[in-house]
Amino acid sequence: MKKLFIIFAAFISALIFAPCVSAGGDAHGDGKLDPKEIIFEHLGDGYGWEVPFNHHKRIPLPVIVFGSDGLHVFSSSRITDGKDYVDGNTTFRLAGKDSDFKGKVIEIVDGGEVKPFDISITKNVCGIFIAVIIVAGLMLWLRGYVRKHGYKAPRKGLGFLELLVDFIYGSVIKSTLGVKSSKFAPYLLTVFFFIFVMNLLGLIVIFPGGANLTGNIAVTLVLAVLTFMVTNLFGTRHYWKEIFWPEVPLWLKFPLPIMPAIEIFGMFTKPAALTVRLFANMMGGHMIVIVLTLLIFIFAAVSPVAGGATTVISVLFSIFMLLIDVLVSFIQAYVFTMLSTIFISLAQVDEEHHGEAKKHDDQLEISTQTK
Amino acid sequence: MELFTPDFGLIFWMFVSFAVLFFILWKFAWPVILKNVDSRADLIDKGVEYAQNARQQLDSARQQAEEYVAEARRQQADMMRDADRIKTQIIEEARTAAQVEAQKVMDSAKVQIMQQQKEAEQQFRNQVSEFALDIAEKVVKNRMADKEAQTKLVNSLLDEIESKN
Repeated sequence: MKKLFIIFAAFISALIFAPCVSAGGDAHGDGKLDPKEIIFEHLGDGYGWEVPFNHHKRIPLPVIVFGSDGLHVFSSSRITDGKDYVDGNTTFRLAGKDSDFKGKVIEIVDGGEVKPFDISITKNVCGIFIAVIIVAGLMLWLRGYVRKHGYKAPRKGLGFLELLVDFIYGSVIKSTLGVKSSKFAPYLLTVFFFIFVMNLLGLIVIFPGGANLTGNIAVTLVLAVLTFMVTNLFGTRHYWKEIFWPEVPLWLKFPLPIMPAIEIFGMFTKPAALTVRLFANMMGGHMIVIVLTLLIFIFAAVSPVAGGATTVISVLFSIFMLLIDVLVSFIQAYVFTMLSTIFISLAQVDEEHHGEAKKHDDQLEISTQTK
Repeated sequence: MELFTPDFGLIFWMFVSFAVLFFILWKFAWPVILKNVDSRADLIDKGVEYAQNARQQLDSARQQAEEYVAEARRQQADMMRDADRIKTQIIEEARTAAQVEAQKVMDSAKVQIMQQQKEAEQQFRNQVSEFALDIAEKVVKNRMADKEAQTKLVNSLLDEIESKN
């Protein structure tokens, strides 16, 4: 207990004095703090991956662009710090702060800026690859165990993994989709683990993590569109009939297709809700941690003592927020999977299961209200 | 605003990555894992069902055993009661038989005694009459020594007969 106290005291004093020291010694850059810039840089994408403790050195990543004269592949280290990269007849540059394409690779054509067709392996893309490798590795590991040991329950890490699979498969997919669960379970489980791993990777500060993956709208949009596609491509006849010719009084659907219009609108609000929910939740969590960290520097600029005091509070709050974010990572992956399952099951209604579909609708309404 | 505008490159790679991941897992991982999960669930369900059945059977067996024990107790009690009844019956019968036998013995004894009594009486009477005759003979012999007494007696006897007729 005494030992713990000493460690804690040392930790706190280090936190208090660190900004006092660094405030005197830090003189790099223009010296002026731009919180907005820092926040957006951390939340957004980039062409290189930051190395811990060094703001300028980045792990270079390949830039792949289709310029006006075809494909160009080069390392991102060639365009950092505002350098121009000349490849044949075309010149590429990282757009400056005032440009419309801020932070993106642009091609200089006749002195003007043109955005090329850009499929670079950016920080986020690289993060996605890492997530894919992790998820595939974990699941193939579990598969290997299952093949070897059969029914025997795994222990420790694999046990947790299997518990998650069992939890999602048993209590989310099977209980909602019933007999049709085997058809959609691979997709839904892949979505769950992919999102969960991406969420957790986003919480790790240094290299394999640190990319704000699920807090990026492109990532969540793709996932939501996939759910939308699975929902509608596998929808039953009755589902389509419910959309275009629902069981409502005739005047609601005949001269003016009011109900069909609402139903079609509803088809698209579902993936939109999925996109925004995951994106906003994850981005919000990241933003709070960054803002709490930035508070230290803002107050340190005012006075070292205020900075020291803020450090303690900020770090404690950041730890608290990060712990909550771990929980949120799981909850959001779970909610995305659960809502996808419900949307898919809504499109799987048969004539005789109409009452059941109604029930799911109510459930959905409740869950949307509570979120 | 850049946070809210999806970047095409990222969408493209995300889609490709997801497709690759889905393909790998769909082809290699999920079938094996889900089959295992399903069959294990089945196994557990069956196990639970089996256990429930076994329990039911055990319960019914226990009940049956209790019934058997109760039945045996009842039979035992019945048998005890029967035995008791038979015992008293036998004793009763024996007593009755003994009484009858005793009665018979006593009766025959009584008859015998009476007979013997009769015989004794007869004998006694015979002896008494013998003695009487002897005595009478002696007395008569003594008295009839003289002729006068004999005539007197005959006359008295004749008188007696006459008065009777």
